[in-house]
Amino acid sequence: MTISNSNSPIARREALQDRLEQLTRMIEIRFVEDRIQKLFAEGHIRGSTHLASGQEAVSVGIARSIDPDDVVTCTYRGHGHALALGVTPEGVIGEICGRVIGCAGGLGGSMHLVEPEVGLLPTAAIIGAGLPIACGAAMAARARGKDRVAVSIFGDGSANIGAFHESLNFAAIRRLPVVFVCENNLYGEYTRIELSTPVEDIAVRAASYNMPGVIVDGQDVDKVAEAMAVAVARARRGEGPTLIEMKTYRYSGHSRSDPATYRPAGELDAWLKRDPIDILADRLVSESILAPGGLDQLKAETRDAVERATAEVLDSAAPDLGEILSHVGASSAGGDQRWHFWSR
Amino acid sequence: MAKIWIRQAVLRALDDAMTDDPSVIVMGEDVAVAGGPFKVTEGLLASHGPERVIDTPISEMAFMGAAVGAAVCGLKPVVEMMFIEFIGVALDQLTTQAATMRYLSRGRLTTPLVVRASAGAGQGFGCQHSQMLDHWFRGTPGLKVAVTSNARTTYGLLRSAIEDPDPVVILEPRVLYAEREEYEFDRDYRIPLGHAEIARPGTDVTLVTCGAMRRVALAAAEASSANIEVIDLLTLWPWDRKTVMDSVARTGRLVTLEEAPAGSGWGGDVVSSIAVEAFGKLKAAPHRITLPDAPVPYSGALEARFLPSPAYVADQVAALVSTNKPPLPWWRNAA
Ligand SMILES: Cc1ncc(C[n+]2csc(CCOP(=O)(O)OP(=O)(O)O)c2C)c(N)n1
Ligand SMILES: [Mg+2]
Repeated sequence: MTISNSNSPIARREALQDRLEQLTRMIEIRFVEDRIQKLFAEGHIRGSTHLASGQEAVSVGIARSIDPDDVVTCTYRGHGHALALGVTPEGVIGEICGRVIGCAGGLGGSMHLVEPEVGLLPTAAIIGAGLPIACGAAMAARARGKDRVAVSIFGDGSANIGAFHESLNFAAIRRLPVVFVCENNLYGEYTRIELSTPVEDIAVRAASYNMPGVIVDGQDVDKVAEAMAVAVARARRGEGPTLIEMKTYRYSGHSRSDPATYRPAGELDAWLKRDPIDILADRLVSESILAPGGLDQLKAETRDAVERATAEVLDSAAPDLGEILSHVGASSAGGDQRWHFWSR
Repeated sequence: MAKIWIRQAVLRALDDAMTDDPSVIVMGEDVAVAGGPFKVTEGLLASHGPERVIDTPISEMAFMGAAVGAAVCGLKPVVEMMFIEFIGVALDQLTTQAATMRYLSRGRLTTPLVVRASAGAGQGFGCQHSQMLDHWFRGTPGLKVAVTSNARTTYGLLRSAIEDPDPVVILEPRVLYAEREEYEFDRDYRIPLGHAEIARPGTDVTLVTCGAMRRVALAAAEASSANIEVIDLLTLWPWDRKTVMDSVARTGRLVTLEEAPAGSGWGGDVVSSIAVEAFGKLKAAPHRITLPDAPVPYSGALEARFLPSPAYVADQVAALVSTNKPPLPWWRNAA
């Protein structure tokens, strides 16, 4: 099967303006994560992997609020963001299975998804790495006369690393068009936020850097998009950065090997009652966009699509050995393949 | 003799050191309540309490620097970096502050601290979680660097590092944590820093290695027609010139096996030193078996090729011994 044009990252991104597609994409993210979990058990995935089930509304809410040539930096918990921004399920699953059809050609793996066509820089496996890079992307946009914004997505635990504070200060003092998005899922690895962080809301830290700090219900995709729209507009007007804190929850443990036994009893169940997919589905039913019962059908179709993508990945080739040395620098065998943003 | 996981050797070394010396503390992310991301600190909190077994926020610069300050003022901190790459955000405190404390105070201040980290490739963790990075520390006067290679060397090196008066980086090959082997703990056992060991005697060629490559070298030596002497360097800085020199004087050939990029691996120093000092004793030009100068690839097929395998090492060494000419690495043969 060849990937049809309507399945290109750009097309998938543009489709996200459609309400039903927003729901479908959130379901897709959930099912891709489920499938990845299974692929791990089946021995197709190496290393580690960090699932974002439960955080789908943040991904889709961000992606529908920015343009494909806005730049996004993000962490290893990036499968959902990559899918929302437009990377195909084959691109994500393929990367995680180390296949050449993966979005990084199999060189990166689960923690390093990338798609320049839709603004996604390689997701970083080092805490805090993406925030300063987003500042630089914003500087470049301004220097080149583009009203582009840079969005940096990171976790609550990342708000304790120097790069967070340095970047917020730097962006504020230079009024850079950056939107800092903190996904507060209450845990950094196996540690609950109150054990590592003396404030309950990361957003209050914006005050130190004299920028707006906004708290958002991260399980409601429309609230996410609303807050993003305000911050993005402010950034595009040249008024500087915003820190948005998305209150959300990761349904699974930190990584593959974490059963999350440290969570208090009942916490997961409480969050499952506010599932982001259900919240949007109910709203679409009330808006008559989705027929009552339509969610089940959408889920069945999406599950099939994810299965097809998985089959395509498992049928596909590993990268050539030559890839190891082809992309190290401009003089590597692959030659200068630098791709500039805004070169279009 | 009991079979133990290699990671238990880390735990035992930390536990014994903390019991023997109340100034030893352990710090890092999820090392206390959770027992460590690799479960190498399990139970330490219960035995030694929260003032000595400390969970930190994700703030490497702060806890690495706090270790420096604590060390200068009388504690012996053992800092866990989880994956060695994470020290990138805290490098100043180790390579610029800790490393110069003794020098600038002309010996009046010391920083007896240990940074331990898992390191190395082979498990599909991708390019930002798979490096050894020993050259970052070898390149910094004032630091010592050692690499563990089995349960015994883990225990012996870690205990020596904690007792050392200067900052020491201990790299623990992550691939080894989940290995089980027979080992009887001896709480008096130490491997002095700066001492290499002959892991297998041989007569045709000296194969110097360390870390996870020790096993690869030993397997290659088993399979090879050449009679290979395997030296586990153990400490990469300062390294044991005498053991290597004496061996090369006997075998007349030197090969290094490094989990490091060709351009910056420790073998460059070993080869140049031995070539200068033992030039007349060499029957062949020294040879280095390294990684290519590229980031670690994720895909299983690529990572398997990227790391030297026993068969590849056996071939490379055999080619050197039979022709007395260093063979090309695989990536130049392919080109
Ligand atoms: C500099 C650095 N330190 C530590 C780690 C190990 N680590 C990976 S994820 C993580 C927890 C991050 O928590 P948070 O920022 O809340 O993000 P979440 O995983 O919840 O999405 C840690 C400590 C790392 N990758 N980089
Ligand atoms: Mg978190």
